[in-house]
Amino acid sequence: MDTLGLLMQGFANALTPMNLLWALAGVTVGTAIGVLPGLGPGLTIALLLPITYKVDPTSAFILFAGIYYGAMYGGSTTSILINTPGESATIITAMEGHKMAKKGRAGAALATAAVGSFVAGTFGTLGITFLAQPVVELALKFGPAEYFSLMILCFVTVSAVLGSSALRGLTALAIGLFFGMIGIDLQSGQPRFTFGILELLDGINVLIVAVGLFAVGETLHLATQKKVDEEVIDIKGPVGMTKEDWKRSWKPWLRGTAFGFPIGAMPAGGAEIPTFLSYYTEKKLSKNPEEFGHGAIEGVAGPEAANNASAAGVLVPMLTLGLPTSATAAIMLSAFQSYGINPGPQLLATQGQLVWTLIASLFIGNVMLLVLNLPLVGLWVKILKIPQPLLYGGILVFATIGTYGISRSVVDLVLLYIVGFMGFMMRRFDFPTSPVIIGMILGPMAEQEFRRAMTISNGDLMIFVQKPLSLALLILAAVAVLAPLVWRVVKRPAPQAA
Amino acid sequence: MTTRRELLKAGAAGATLAGLGLPLAIPAQAQAITSLDVFIPAAPGGGWDATGRAIEAAMRADGLLSEFKIENVGGAGGMVGLPRFVGQKKGQGNAIMIGGMVMVGAGIANKSPMTILDVTPIARLTGEALVVVVPAASPFKTMGDLVAQLKKEPKSVSWAGGSAGGADHILVGQIAKANGVDPRQASYVAFAGGGPAQAALLGNQVSAGVSGYGEFEEQIKAGKLRALAVSSEAKQNNVPSLKEQGINVVLWNWRGVFGAPGITTAQRDALVALMDKMVNGPAWKKTLETRGWEGIYLSGDKFGEYVKKDVADTTVILKDLGLAS
Repeated sequence: MDTLGLLMQGFANALTPMNLLWALAGVTVGTAIGVLPGLGPGLTIALLLPITYKVDPTSAFILFAGIYYGAMYGGSTTSILINTPGESATIITAMEGHKMAKKGRAGAALATAAVGSFVAGTFGTLGITFLAQPVVELALKFGPAEYFSLMILCFVTVSAVLGSSALRGLTALAIGLFFGMIGIDLQSGQPRFTFGILELLDGINVLIVAVGLFAVGETLHLATQKKVDEEVIDIKGPVGMTKEDWKRSWKPWLRGTAFGFPIGAMPAGGAEIPTFLSYYTEKKLSKNPEEFGHGAIEGVAGPEAANNASAAGVLVPMLTLGLPTSATAAIMLSAFQSYGINPGPQLLATQGQLVWTLIASLFIGNVMLLVLNLPLVGLWVKILKIPQPLLYGGILVFATIGTYGISRSVVDLVLLYIVGFMGFMMRRFDFPTSPVIIGMILGPMAEQEFRRAMTISNGDLMIFVQKPLSLALLILAAVAVLAPLVWRVVKRPAPQAA
Repeated sequence: MTTRRELLKAGAAGATLAGLGLPLAIPAQAQAITSLDVFIPAAPGGGWDATGRAIEAAMRADGLLSEFKIENVGGAGGMVGLPRFVGQKKGQGNAIMIGGMVMVGAGIANKSPMTILDVTPIARLTGEALVVVVPAASPFKTMGDLVAQLKKEPKSVSWAGGSAGGADHILVGQIAKANGVDPRQASYVAFAGGGPAQAALLGNQVSAGVSGYGEFEEQIKAGKLRALAVSSEAKQNNVPSLKEQGINVVLWNWRGVFGAPGITTAQRDALVALMDKMVNGPAWKKTLETRGWEGIYLSGDKFGEYVKKDVADTTVILKDLGLAS
């Protein structure tokens, strides 16, 4: 039977009332945990694993897939409204989306995030259906050398968030790199900068730093203002998106999807990198780049789509090769195992019906999520009607509970407030905070991949230029850095002539 | 698959013989346990978590106990949870902690003030043999080919596996050492988990890989990876063991349960009896089968000796690898 026929059969299975109910339960739970900081889809599915003792596999996976996609939708909500990212992949959304919310455009930001997630989720699921094989083959061509070159390309994107002073931006980046180094080094097994604190051995969770810098830092900053703005943020314009918003959003959605899906399918790709690349691209392509950093809708639309498409991409190696490439995928695989189903290259052949039903339910779940989330936009923006002192007090409570929820560790709470105070000082002295996060995510990845490549090549640096894919990525990075400089030189004579 | 089933049966039969006397001998103490606190020093979703929850499910199904409290404290190969278990449950007779080989290595490598020797060994429940694989397109057809290259040019063979100092790395070190190669010379490439390591193998990025057999099983069956040797005593799933191929190395990535420190001998015996009863019940046997876990059961003093020996052996190899002093 061809793909389409198999997919139709999958739809027939997924559309039974019972399975629809599971899908609805999944997307609802997923949206809720996405909204709550600290409770990610991985942990939620892990906590729900015992239901595999009672429920048949098809229903269980429809539920899990719903939670997985739902969390990606919900994650953007808290980022935009209260600057408290629930997932590391929505950190970029928080940067631009929260600025939009402060300008009274929360409705548009939430709507473009929801529709963008739908577009990306749908194209991503189409990608799983029809492109899984070629994409996974491309993804496997990425070894340590290629990943390192990809990271180099990503470091270029930092320039998009550096702010007015390069020195301050790079200082912030260095702080992020330092945070990323804390913990046991994977390649040598030795602890670094842990100061004998056992809880630091696994490193610092990037979410704690993000929430500390963004939410706690901002709250402290507000608290020290002499005159606290008692006025609530006005919601300007319609709750949803204007015609102009649609026009500015659709291209970023598609470009974000194009970044997210293949990188998500890469075993070490992850969801954060495509959001960085998308943000950088949108800023470079935008007609009004000066809006970026002050609430540009493209900066929400692109990264949100990239985030959701990468979530679909992660399922490609999982379903075609049985490779778990994210924590959530690993837990879903362990659910397969508790049914005695062995996920692997044979999964599609031996459990075809289950897989196609799962894919069909992803399409259905996506529609459900759009239907569920768009009306919620009107409800969510009402949160901003809470007077600011109360709202920020609430954010502080929310951030604290969420952080404790991640690990149930007091050390993490102390860290949250240390980082929060640091965020406050950075704001006070006009240092940008986003480079800290980017450095913290990219730094350890770049370091590990570099050292893996060095071990494999016996210390020969030529490995980065000998591999064609790696070389291509390095050239791209060089172009991204040099092109604006060259462009400026070429362009300069023109105004003089005129 | 038949081999595995036979092994399972053999293991279960052995356990039955070992455990038969105990539950009958001390029914009084065994009854004293009415509820069980299961402490899992790992986040939900991993192998230790699965073990802890499977214990709960099996005991419930066989009607051994019905009241459980499960607590997860994850981090650093169990080294975050271990001190907490010791501190909170000292002298408490109905508390168990899941642990295993990973915790042995983590304790040594991190120079932790508290190690697995600070808790009371109860029983080793399951074990997984590791497997050495190469990509399907690799020029190495046998373990002999791989070892020959390792001896000739140690650094030219790159090994993919889990984090440095973990079971996978230890096996690579032991293979090198057994062949007269300095373990530090081995080009070991650490990955964050089985998934990324598999991807590196499938993409022909590394020469060889080491992981639990289950982790690579499906890729081996599909012919995408070639299994060269397993780390168990005898061959498994038609893959010859290292020992059978003249490399004197046996390694089990084992998982077991431990009691709190400072419990009385009677309390310890009651926990041992409870575990003996569980492994002989139908529910646990079924769990081993569906999960594909190897039931290498060992309880009481014998397990205590095993743990001590494992700590000593692991210390030696970690020193050889330059990861411990």
